[in-house]
Amino acid sequence: MTTQTATAGLQEHGGMDTKKLGVWIASVGIWFLPLLWIDPTTYAVLTVAGLAMGMLIFLTASGLTLIFGLMDVLNLAHGAFFVWGAYVGFSILNGLQQIGWVEGAGAAQSIGSVVLCLLAALVVGGLMGIVLEKMLVRLTYGSHLKQILITMGASLILVEILKVVWSPNDEVVTVPQAFQGSWIVMDVIITKFRVAAIVVGALVLAGIQLVMMRTKLGIIVRAGVENKEVVETLGYNIRRVFTGVFCAGAALAAVGGTMWSIFKEQIHPAMGEENLIFALIVVIIGGMGSVTGSFLGAIMVGLAYNYVAYTLPPLALGANIMIMAVILLIRPTGLMGKE
Amino acid sequence: MAEPILSLAKVHTYIEQHHILQGVDLSFMPGRATVLLGRNGAGKSTTLRTVMGLTPAASGEVILKGQAVQAMKPYEVAKQGVGFVPEDQAVLYTLSVEENFRLAMLSENEKTWSRMETIFKLFPDMKKFWRSKAGVLSGGQKQMLAIARAFVNDHDLLLIDEPSKGLAPIVVDHLIESINHIKNHTTVILVEQNFYMASHIGVDYFILDDGRTVHQGLMDDLVHDEGLKQKYLGIA
Repeated sequence: MTTQTATAGLQEHGGMDTKKLGVWIASVGIWFLPLLWIDPTTYAVLTVAGLAMGMLIFLTASGLTLIFGLMDVLNLAHGAFFVWGAYVGFSILNGLQQIGWVEGAGAAQSIGSVVLCLLAALVVGGLMGIVLEKMLVRLTYGSHLKQILITMGASLILVEILKVVWSPNDEVVTVPQAFQGSWIVMDVIITKFRVAAIVVGALVLAGIQLVMMRTKLGIIVRAGVENKEVVETLGYNIRRVFTGVFCAGAALAAVGGTMWSIFKEQIHPAMGEENLIFALIVVIIGGMGSVTGSFLGAIMVGLAYNYVAYTLPPLALGANIMIMAVILLIRPTGLMGKE
Repeated sequence: MAEPILSLAKVHTYIEQHHILQGVDLSFMPGRATVLLGRNGAGKSTTLRTVMGLTPAASGEVILKGQAVQAMKPYEVAKQGVGFVPEDQAVLYTLSVEENFRLAMLSENEKTWSRMETIFKLFPDMKKFWRSKAGVLSGGQKQMLAIARAFVNDHDLLLIDEPSKGLAPIVVDHLIESINHIKNHTTVILVEQNFYMASHIGVDYFILDDGRTVHQGLMDDLVHDEGLKQKYLGIA
């Protein structure tokens, strides 16, 4: 009897896979559509830029999606971690500038200074995450309205503090020498730091997937996203797991902020909120709680933003909201969301 | 007489504003499988959930192995050696069978893995579907996974909530066989509506009605007591 049900299940699955394959081909194919009106060289440049942007948005969105999926907490302070990461990185770069590790630095020193920036952002973001979770977010479990109000409030305060510590004006970020400029491969201009952004994003994705799929901690987090109660009754303190995820998510957002500041070569206090909008779109497209979903969503948003910004600049953000609306119409839970 | 492994004294539990348990008194002896019987809404599941700390007791005492546990969080109760099998085949659908077991193992040592051998003998399907997602299992297999998962640790006490719900009679027979094997190793407390299953597993029984303990005794006596069955369980 059990074998029969199993085979029936498999057949049902097989039928779905053909349909799935079609959807996959269509969803990959659509990204080549801009080739109809953009020449291939420009298309290649835009694609690299889009992938880099997507990878950086993914850094912010991955934490956001896990925080929402695991504890049903909507964290609007995520943008504040992002902008704090950017400013911490900016200060570290300014410091390293004094010892010649930025302008005129060799390859090793340039990589070293970027790594130092990222580590500093990681620590600052992580600490801010722990404090915020233990002091405020913990009090609002179960109430979305309270979460939105308190994390929005925290975000405003954190950004105001940032303006006091640094300045309310735009600042120019000096890119470490080895990451300045670009390579030209067959007429295609590839900005060096975009490649670095793609590499960092890919490393973070690989790291998250490794932890989520191969470790006990990953099993606990995935199980918690699905059913907190069962995880608790199996002997795990889900709140402690959640504080850890919140801390890691905040640290990743701060790393995203640092990368973004070097990517854009400038920073300003409102960049956190701007990026949060992208991250929220990505989390909704990908499905709440799914890291893979938010990765796919981030790449989609990054690419679409660049193609549309080149063709019709004023529509760039609008196009992403359109994508989100269409995906929600087809799959209300997002690409990889729970049914 | 031996100390009870678990006892509840005058336990009251509210779920939101509803007064579900209105003074439950129970005591469970080590090694004796006990069934909680009663009509729908009598408070059987809530009793198990109160022991686990999922719906904490508003007043009264829950004593586990001589220690008061009514203020403990679910994960703390679990660490005291209590396994819990929730109702509705609550396995983790997006995790593989293997991951469901690894999640349940409080320590992944040799002893735990040797218990897995016993589990594979009791539930051969678990080995067969080891790498499949738990979501593709049949209802019966999910229930077996939920029970086997709780059995993977060397728990003193296993609380099982309505395992027969929604399962075919032949699957229920297999479950009875497995739980009867498990009860030789650990004290089983079973909530069950299915009297056939309850009478084939239980040694002792309690009957709950409207959130109170109304009757207790030996299962062998209850099987022949038509009046009592009629009154509280609606079985002719």
